[in-house]
Amino acid sequence: MALDSKTPEGPIADKWTNYKNHIDLVNPANKRNIDVIVVGTGLAGGSAAATLAELGYNVKAFCFQDSPRRAHSIAAQGGINAAKNYQGDGDSTYRLFYDTVKGGDYRSREANVYRLAEVSANIIDQCVAQGVPFAREYGGLLDNRSFGGVLVSRTFYAAGQTGQQLLLGAYSAMNRQIGRGKIKMYNRHEMLDIVKVDGKARGIITRNLITGEIERHSAHAVVLGTGGYGNVFFLSTNAMGSNVTAAWKAHKRGAYFANPCYTQIHPTCIPVSGDHQSKLTLMSESLRNDGRIWVPKHMKDVEAIKNGTLKPKDLKEEDRDYYLERRYPAFGNLVPRDVASRAAKERCDAGYGVNATGEAVFLDFASAIQRYGKETAHVKGLDENDAVLIKKLGQEVVKNKYGNLFQMYEKIVDQDPYNTPMMIYPAVHYTMGGIWVDYNLMTTVPGLYCIGEANFSDHGANRLGASALMQGLADGYFVLPYTIGDYLSDDIRTGQISTDTKEFDDVEKEVREKIDFFVNNDGSHSVDYFHKKLGKIMWNKVGMSRNIKGLTEAISEIKALREQFWKEVKVPGANEEYNEELAKAGRVADFLELGELFAKDALNREESCGGHFREDAVELDGEQKGEAKRDDENFAYVSAWEYKGEPSDAILHKEQLEFKDIELKQRSYK
Amino acid sequence: MNLTLKIWRQKNANDKGQLVDYKVTDISPDMSFLEMLDVLNEQLINKGDEPVAFDHDCREGICGMCSLYINGEAHGPDRGVTTCQLHMRMFKDGDTIYIEPFRAAAFPVIKDLIVDRTSFDRIQHAGGFISVNTSGNTIDANAIPINKQDADTAFEAATCIGCGACVASCKNSSAMLFVGAKVSQFALLPQGQVEATDRVLNMVKQMDDEGFGNCTNTGACEVECPKGISLENIARMNQEYLKASLKG
Repeated sequence: MALDSKTPEGPIADKWTNYKNHIDLVNPANKRNIDVIVVGTGLAGGSAAATLAELGYNVKAFCFQDSPRRAHSIAAQGGINAAKNYQGDGDSTYRLFYDTVKGGDYRSREANVYRLAEVSANIIDQCVAQGVPFAREYGGLLDNRSFGGVLVSRTFYAAGQTGQQLLLGAYSAMNRQIGRGKIKMYNRHEMLDIVKVDGKARGIITRNLITGEIERHSAHAVVLGTGGYGNVFFLSTNAMGSNVTAAWKAHKRGAYFANPCYTQIHPTCIPVSGDHQSKLTLMSESLRNDGRIWVPKHMKDVEAIKNGTLKPKDLKEEDRDYYLERRYPAFGNLVPRDVASRAAKERCDAGYGVNATGEAVFLDFASAIQRYGKETAHVKGLDENDAVLIKKLGQEVVKNKYGNLFQMYEKIVDQDPYNTPMMIYPAVHYTMGGIWVDYNLMTTVPGLYCIGEANFSDHGANRLGASALMQGLADGYFVLPYTIGDYLSDDIRTGQISTDTKEFDDVEKEVREKIDFFVNNDGSHSVDYFHKKLGKIMWNKVGMSRNIKGLTEAISEIKALREQFWKEVKVPGANEEYNEELAKAGRVADFLELGELFAKDALNREESCGGHFREDAVELDGEQKGEAKRDDENFAYVSAWEYKGEPSDAILHKEQLEFKDIELKQRSYK
Repeated sequence: MNLTLKIWRQKNANDKGQLVDYKVTDISPDMSFLEMLDVLNEQLINKGDEPVAFDHDCREGICGMCSLYINGEAHGPDRGVTTCQLHMRMFKDGDTIYIEPFRAAAFPVIKDLIVDRTSFDRIQHAGGFISVNTSGNTIDANAIPINKQDADTAFEAATCIGCGACVASCKNSSAMLFVGAKVSQFALLPQGQVEATDRVLNMVKQMDDEGFGNCTNTGACEVECPKGISLENIARMNQEYLKASLKG
């Protein structure tokens, strides 16, 4: 099947408006006869469910958590971008579009990104109207901060809990529709497969996580807003339950999986402390507005810090290497995430890591505390030379901005970041790859849509900070509600989809067989045993830096691990009860397939772009020596993989990317 | 560290349930409390026993899913944290730790340490929203300036994670802190004024219907709240409720 992005014709700034003017609509009376399933209730799924219900469709929404409010969007910290230009610093729709395409290392689809930038400003209006308490200035207007990879301040925020506030906004919009009976909410339900009828997505099979009951749900269209697959690495900043199962099942039913190797390793996370570690905690990128990243210049100081004879705050300025400021003077500590992560790895690989494992760098707030302290003292007419007072005042400002993050850090690491620099290291955070979708956000399966992090479309090979929240809400509030109507206009005479058909029988049987296998298999190792092994392979060989040898090994190791899993996995208990191990077994089974495709995709892409860094694709000389080297001639395409049984049999389809409104350039932040 | 755990085991909602003793060894003080339970569960699975069921997800203190009652305190002995942020350095080698579910009539046990908190969702369905369509056709976000202090206080109320520690800590199993926080968030913002009367009446009615108890101002909820939600929110809700009742 040839990939058709269905991008509308015309100038980029007019595409979305023209498109909306010419699509088919469903009249309000007919909407009442149409059912839509939404899986996942994060920013994308939650906003989509609320909006579709408000338009008049009958929505069934599903989440595996005990409440839609707990989806992992809740944990997003720093902010949400929007081209409002409230600061008057030169922002515009075009500039947000440009920054996003450039930040994504020219591997995203122009038309989708432009639309995202175009609707971004409206998201802020919407959220304020819903009662989202964004941070404000003393004059009562909204405040902004700056994020990596851009030269303007366009990020709206609510302390370090922006994701929480936006999700609670979407949740409140859902609550209004649940109260009206327009959304039927299924908490603690996990989607285990997609049902297609005559080639169209017409339903899903779910498992009630409390009773184990296997259920059939039908609809005229199915929307997946099920998030990313970072947990294929076992350790990531994702929630424990975040998984690829819904997306992977869609893939197995015909949805192409795009760019699985594009994974974002976030530069500022709390370092791993030991083998017991179950997840990693992010320290928001917003901290890079005020924190300076460094390691010691000299090896003797590294040793002294490690063995405790030297306190990091006592190391003289001239003996510190602020390596981001040194290497990238234009963007400094606010380079994009992929660049910052690789630079940290480079220093740690060279032996300058500052903790026991050698995998940590400092993020230091001392100069910000000084700067803010002096500013406040000046405003209040206090003594600007009183060091104790300055520090106190500065700490108060920093606490106001990042208090919850500092508290999180202190609880985990048991050190006070107001008085000693934080230690951070990169960790898996976000997946730019995902289910391939066209301009309508429809997958290669008719009637099956994919929104938010679960799809591939807007961030190319690297996502800029504060753009995930923007995309989730743009897709759910403002894009999908239009595009899905165009498709559903053909279904006004279809009537309710029956679940009492052979198609539903067959898929349910497959689901049951797999569950029966797990609960009856007399294996010897827990699910986590396999998940941790998979994570190690992924991190060591398919992580921040990739090469042909490692990727080839990873492919065969993952395959062998998968075979072992299906022989030796042990799942206690039965299906007909709350059984977390059973739920985990199904998710890890899918990660074990995805992991191999991921490595295969990374092997195929013989270039470095964004989060995908190949050691055999670097600049060899000139100003950019050592930086990632993209190959636009041969790789300016989206890799969309078609499922054909084993991951090794997957077939590659290419969507060639065309850049008409932005010149393809080497990304320079120097 | 070596520890003795006394954990509430209950097969399902109909089972009576009881405390069962377990031992864990070589626990690192840097582990989180839930990672310590992961170690126990791995042991149980390898022995062929059923692992202890507990709710958890984000493991960074924001999703509100985790919910343990540890040594008689919601989210355990530390302050300003959820159970997933509680670290084993808060305990000593040789300690005995009691681990129970959040207990309240409106939070029935599902299994072991997992309780059903959908009563919180139903209170929100009754009025935890502003009735504005999501079409984006609204006024510019900066059209109404909001006093910074009001915005900040609304935000502080809105940081409630809906975990239910307030209910579990209250001798009356009252949900007033939770409901007060939501009512306050909207009461402090101009956007929330239009429906203020109906909102507070409907949410309080639903809260009562769910079987939550009343507030007798002991303040235990505020002490145990992982997000430091202030008792002032209860006062503000009472004020809103009185205003609404007088309007009729």
